[in-house]
Amino acid sequence: MRGSRLGSWLAMLLGVLYFFIPLLATFEFSLRYFRGVYSVEAYRIVLADPQFGATVTYSIVLALATIVMGIALVVPTAYWIQLRLPGLRPVVEFITLLPLVIPAIVLVFGYLRIYNSSSILPLTGTERTTDVLLMASYVTLALPYVYRSVDTALRAIDVRTLTQAAQSLGAGWSTILFRVILPNVRVGVLSGAFLTFAIVIGEFTMASLLDRPAFGPYLQLIGANRAYEPSALAIISFALTWACMGLIQVFGRGAAGQAAGAR
Amino acid sequence: MAQASRVTVAPSPGAPTVVSRVSWAWVGVVPFFAFALMFLILPTALLVVGGLQDAQGRLTLTNILDLFEPTILSSYLISIKVSAASAIGGALIGFFLAYAAISGGLPAWVRPTLMTFSGVASNFAGVPLAFAFLATLGRTGLVTALLVNVFGFDIYDAGFNLLSFAGLTLTYMYFQIPLMVLILAPAIDGLKREWREAAANLGASTWEYWRYIALPILWPPLLGSTLLLFANAFGAVATAYALTGSSLNIVTIVLYAQIRGDVLHNPNLGYALALGMILITGLSNAAYIWLRGRSERWLR
Repeated sequence: MRGSRLGSWLAMLLGVLYFFIPLLATFEFSLRYFRGVYSVEAYRIVLADPQFGATVTYSIVLALATIVMGIALVVPTAYWIQLRLPGLRPVVEFITLLPLVIPAIVLVFGYLRIYNSSSILPLTGTERTTDVLLMASYVTLALPYVYRSVDTALRAIDVRTLTQAAQSLGAGWSTILFRVILPNVRVGVLSGAFLTFAIVIGEFTMASLLDRPAFGPYLQLIGANRAYEPSALAIISFALTWACMGLIQVFGRGAAGQAAGAR
Repeated sequence: MAQASRVTVAPSPGAPTVVSRVSWAWVGVVPFFAFALMFLILPTALLVVGGLQDAQGRLTLTNILDLFEPTILSSYLISIKVSAASAIGGALIGFFLAYAAISGGLPAWVRPTLMTFSGVASNFAGVPLAFAFLATLGRTGLVTALLVNVFGFDIYDAGFNLLSFAGLTLTYMYFQIPLMVLILAPAIDGLKREWREAAANLGASTWEYWRYIALPILWPPLLGSTLLLFANAFGAVATAYALTGSSLNIVTIVLYAQIRGDVLHNPNLGYALALGMILITGLSNAAYIWLRGRSERWLR
């Protein structure tokens, strides 16, 4: 078995190199702003750019809104399916997987066609309603991951007994959802939330095509016009991804999935 | 199940009444289905219909046939090539990594570490990933420069270009490999140590073990995951757009340009372009689901 263990270490080494070399190179590149000497000038320029702060804030607020809407949509649905309509489970699961089948760019193309300013529901008519549309499209992108993590958490608890116990103590539906079910699926909800955050924060395609000032399109714009600042931004957004995934690990004990939206 | 709950959940005073005769249970899932209809099903259906109509709204197959024009066909082919190459490359390397970490006799800390890093790396995609590879393998990238300075070997003189098929494939593999590790880990867990021991006891060589035991069990999840990786790369926009601008003519970039400014000069052809993409990702996902069903028989 010695030989095969050597092979395993070799495979790991290759993996480590593939993972770390681009990061190292990006970091090194981001420090090259002045010829011949390493400096953090690129970071200083990026952080001082008012557009950076504005787009990051916009994306963070949008991510938080997406998380709230996604959870408000998924938790009651998954709970109700588990409790009362188990027959619908395959249908709902199929629908939650659709965003993995239909590429994001196709979805947003459909939105632009159905919600354009001359349609019945002109969501792209004003900036505010476009924000709502963008939020809904992010809920859609995150749906497979949020649904899966909430559903896994719900299956781990005894929904029926908890509901009956709460009802026999006189709880209404909102009390049951907010004070009984939600605290019990906290882990799943949190890992879904961080994954949503990781998807939304750097998403490019939908924000760009709906013409909203989010962080993803800003990244692309800087990338097309600057030399060293993009590397600094890449390091910053890598740190953000790390933070989200690290928090999922802390709360969800390794339930990290993969976010499709960023691509 | 639903019946049982209706009997035992006796309405106590003040509790929400559970209607017993006519079931109103479906009302609880109305928001979800309304959302799915508005933001998933209707927009997609409208594109599909649009792809099958001409400018006057009559049914036609012209748009579908126009997809076979050389320029559009070549954009589909490049997309398929990049997606397939990055899926196969990612699947192979991801498989070796996952197998090494799980059954390769490595220390116990390797596996959770690999899983954590895979979770991060598979999410590190899009525009920043393109920046990272430009800094690594671009003309002035670190690895490019190191190869020139240390070995006197210029990969660009040798014909490599990051803004090409090879470059894009290499970049996509950065998120494909860790994704493969994450999806395939459960399947490799399902390969029982006893099977290998039993095979060894009966005198099977390592090759025979793989040929007659491990691969016949592993091929559905392996192939299925590869298909999922394919669909994953096929729909990608941001990485390619930030990396190559519009110099590499993959189908998502063409569609992006079409949405931005009707570069095809025919809106319905644009819808057909989207329809073709849905067909391709849909087929590979359907095959994935079918293969996953097959693999679950063994890997419990």
